[in-house]
Amino acid sequence: MAAPKISLSGVTKAFGAKKVLQGIDLDVAAGESMVVIGGSGTGKSVLLKCILGLLQPDGGSIRIDGEETAGINGSGRHRVMRKFGMLFQGGALFDSLRVWENVAFGPIQSDGMPAAQAREVAIAKLGAVGLGPEIGELFPSELSGGMQKRVALARAIAREPEIIFFDEPTTGLDPIMADVINDLIVKCVSDLGATAVSITHDMASARKIGHRIAMLYEGRLIWQGRTAEIDRSGDPHVDQFIHGRAEGPIQMQVRRL
Amino acid sequence: MSLPLITLLGRMTLAFLEAVGAVAAFAFEAVRQAAQPPWYRQQIVRQMLEIGYFSLPVVGLTAIFTGMVLALQSYTGFARFSAESAIPNVVVVSLTRELGPVLTALMVAGRVGAAMAAEIGTMRVTEQIDALTTLSTEPFKYLVVPRLIAGVVTLPILVLIADIIGVLGGFLVGVYKLDFNDQAYLRNTLDFLQFQDVFSGLVKAAVFGFLIALMGCYHGYTSKGGAQGVGMATTNAVVSASMLILTFNYFITEAFFAR
Repeated sequence: MAAPKISLSGVTKAFGAKKVLQGIDLDVAAGESMVVIGGSGTGKSVLLKCILGLLQPDGGSIRIDGEETAGINGSGRHRVMRKFGMLFQGGALFDSLRVWENVAFGPIQSDGMPAAQAREVAIAKLGAVGLGPEIGELFPSELSGGMQKRVALARAIAREPEIIFFDEPTTGLDPIMADVINDLIVKCVSDLGATAVSITHDMASARKIGHRIAMLYEGRLIWQGRTAEIDRSGDPHVDQFIHGRAEGPIQMQVRRL
Repeated sequence: MSLPLITLLGRMTLAFLEAVGAVAAFAFEAVRQAAQPPWYRQQIVRQMLEIGYFSLPVVGLTAIFTGMVLALQSYTGFARFSAESAIPNVVVVSLTRELGPVLTALMVAGRVGAAMAAEIGTMRVTEQIDALTTLSTEPFKYLVVPRLIAGVVTLPILVLIADIIGVLGGFLVGVYKLDFNDQAYLRNTLDFLQFQDVFSGLVKAAVFGFLIALMGCYHGYTSKGGAQGVGMATTNAVVSASMLILTFNYFITEAFFAR
């Protein structure tokens, strides 16, 4: 078997006394789409930010293509970051720039592509997510939530990254638009032949975009397996989560009414 | 009963020192990054327009009324000693050394420092700063460095303009209200003006420009927790920049003029 594209072992991260990640082991093969599910506040975003290098893990190892990336800085970080694309939960579009400038930002600012050429790339990528060239002239604040998500997706794939991260790609969208985004994600990832890591608590989205699913609970991955197997996981935590039951082994930190 | 008070005092001291350390580390990192390429020229130009050009109306109005009131006030004082001829000199020296740089900086801190903190703070809470990193763009270089460079370069130009407009204000009041001879007023203004008067003011302006941009960027960059956090960052940026301007003003004055 080929070396995994992304390999985490024993990754820990704490904020003060709060231990968010307590030893994460996870391998993602090249071209595979991995979805990490888990409730709010279980550390999904922290896990993603550790792999991306936006947060430094306290311990453990994170290997990208076999290269240790925990603790690297400067040009090494820059080189690894070039392999990544990221779709942020709220889109995180630059509101002072036009839509096409947002999409062309990576090619222009860090790859040094001439603006005219980058503009064509941007328009092509906008087309790939089903947006016409006229949208490119607008500002992000003039777009609906679903369109902003699509522009953010176009920006994430603009540099044709090897690995794409999706942070709650369907949160805040209506079910139909959520499915449109899911389809686009599946299409973009397979067109690029990229490896994908998504975090979500939307099971419909997880089933659609994931080849494999892992569940994060109390700082650990309590289950991982193929998407088709999740209904036969035999784990009561997973069962409770995928069926969305309030009663079960996972107790929410809320007061009884 | 005295123990809680000491505890409180200690806690405040520690919090203060922690803040000073964090700001110093932030400033050091910014200067280090400013020293190496790449530089985002477009961003620098945009910030220079924002800090300089668009502040001209505010700074101009501040300067002209300050010059006018200086002439009027010094007249009411100096006329008692028949020392009216010193008025042009008093106006120009007060403006170039003190009021030009300090008032300009305070106005710009309110206008631009707040805007910087709000813009960068919003970018922080909406993950736009993280997005910059994932697009292989160092946020420090893209956001902080252009603002610092623009602040240091633009404030002295603004202050020079404020000095000239302020002297004009004094001239208008002197000639049209206090019956000075216009030639004599200008001669008295220029004869006693020393290079150091203007130069010290411009040095102050450069330092103040750095402080305004530093506070705007620092508070924006470190803001957390949504709209309330951004609001707090904006307030803190303006208040801390104003306090630092007044504090540094004293020490730079001492460095230039104390014997």
